[in-house]
Amino acid sequence: MKPAFSVIFLTTLIGAGQGLLIALVLGQFYLGSESGGFFALGGVLALVMLGLGLVASVFHLANPQRGWRAATRWRTSWLSREVLMIPALCALAFLYTLIHAIGWAPVLMTFGNGKTLDLPMALGLLVVLGSVALFVCTGMIYACVRFIRQWASSWTVVNYLLMGLASGFTLAAAYAQIQANALSGFMSGAALVLTVAALAARTFQLWLNARTKPQSTMKSAIGLHHTQIRQVTQGFMGQSFNTIEFAAPGGAETVRGLTVFFLLVAFVIPAALLLAGLPVLAFVCQYVGLLAERWVFFAAGSHVQNLYYQAKG
Amino acid sequence: MSKQLALVIDLNVCVGCHACVTSCKEWNTSGWAGPLTDENPYGKDPTGVFFNRVQTYECGTFPDTETIHFPKSCLHCEEPPCVPVCPTGASYKREEDGIVLVDYDKCIGCKYCSWSCPYGARKFDPVQGVMKKCTLCVDRITDMTIEEDRRKPACVLACPASARIFGDINDPQSEAARAIRENGGFQLMPEWGTKPANHYLPRRKITTILHADELVRVDNPLKAESEKPRPAFNTPTIDGVSSW
Ligand code: SF4
Ligand code: SF4
Repeated sequence: MKPAFSVIFLTTLIGAGQGLLIALVLGQFYLGSESGGFFALGGVLALVMLGLGLVASVFHLANPQRGWRAATRWRTSWLSREVLMIPALCALAFLYTLIHAIGWAPVLMTFGNGKTLDLPMALGLLVVLGSVALFVCTGMIYACVRFIRQWASSWTVVNYLLMGLASGFTLAAAYAQIQANALSGFMSGAALVLTVAALAARTFQLWLNARTKPQSTMKSAIGLHHTQIRQVTQGFMGQSFNTIEFAAPGGAETVRGLTVFFLLVAFVIPAALLLAGLPVLAFVCQYVGLLAERWVFFAAGSHVQNLYYQAKG
Repeated sequence: MSKQLALVIDLNVCVGCHACVTSCKEWNTSGWAGPLTDENPYGKDPTGVFFNRVQTYECGTFPDTETIHFPKSCLHCEEPPCVPVCPTGASYKREEDGIVLVDYDKCIGCKYCSWSCPYGARKFDPVQGVMKKCTLCVDRITDMTIEEDRRKPACVLACPASARIFGDINDPQSEAARAIRENGGFQLMPEWGTKPANHYLPRRKITTILHADELVRVDNPLKAESEKPRPAFNTPTIDGVSSW
């Protein structure tokens, strides 16, 4: 499939934004219902990431002026669900940021063991739920495309989740270090664990994809029961949507090269940098690596329809 | 069963002349829905929107090969995977006749539906920014100002070999349903459960038995067929013997 830069930026930016939101809430929980400026500013940072992602997504649409319509088919379309979840999460993140900024923390509930649930924590839990839901929506957009066997797997969802979390926690670690916050160590540790987990899961999917077999053959594509069928012509000598959208520029060579690149730059090097106590550098490096990862994800997807487009002429 | 309009294409008859391709392009580019855009049509690397294409395949190894001409357009699936994924509702399947259509006023051009069609039937128009595809000439087959026997898709009318049949495949009496039933009509890639409405009729073996006496004309001596002896130089010509 042809990688679209708008979607590459959209998914990596909002992934890091969602991961950062989850990191903030977990940090808040870890410190025992802490509130205040650190979380407010972190919320702003996450909102900036989500906002930039939205801007990128607009470039993907040929008719963005009717973009609002994309929210109407949430009953059947994961894409529609994502379109609804992004602004919903933005709204929640905005409230979360606001509550922390003004420091309003009324107790909502007291549990039997004397622990309490205050408003910032309750909102935080909603933000976590929203972020996870958005990860699922984004992953499912690709995982439910049955005709691209490299995507049609639950590992696609797992990977979107893990890579988003890894980059979000690395960003949180960088942010905490710059702010000299007490959470710095916690964030770096979690980022390291998540980066290693994301590396494992992504490598596993690469291994799976190297093993998948196409489900359709020339036989069923044109309904001819012969073992040797070759296309003489696809019907035209120029290009068409079918030969552009469903092919990756650069071919298999580029995909192989960039796979090695992203495994190193998105996972291995950031993990080393996190260990070395350089989370800012780790985040920049990881983000670049994830851009390459997303490019490979698209380029490596081979669509069933390509059976019909093999011979120019 | 509800009405399902579709094409039945006879692979045994199609000669690969591309008349359906050009007539489709002509009809659909001239309609009210706007042109099927071509980019760089006379340049080095042309691209354009075509709803229907004729492909050619060859099976076997030389010299025992067979050539198959294979026209392909949207199959108007009865379970179209391209429809539910559309986030705007621009893609839909008509209740009344089963035609799968795109509402160009609602489509945002996200291309998601094209990923969900295993047949590569959807064509994005980069100039208008909307997804397009075969409409079974919906503007033609429902136009009551056209005489009834001409209310058919442009490709069907154009086919010089009559390889394309148009009709309601759920009506057992229709020509289309009968062709499928009687000639072993089949669907493309049934393994995906899309239930394409368009069907194809398979290649059939055609054998001609020739006997030796059909090649050599026993009833006609070779002499009679051969070149006549040239007339002698002094043989009178017609001018020499006629009165004028
Ligand atoms: S052939 Fe493709 S575009 Fe047409 S109805 Fe079936 S899935 Fe949809
Ligand atoms: S390209 Fe248009 S018709 Fe296709 S899924 Fe997107 S909005 Fe729907």
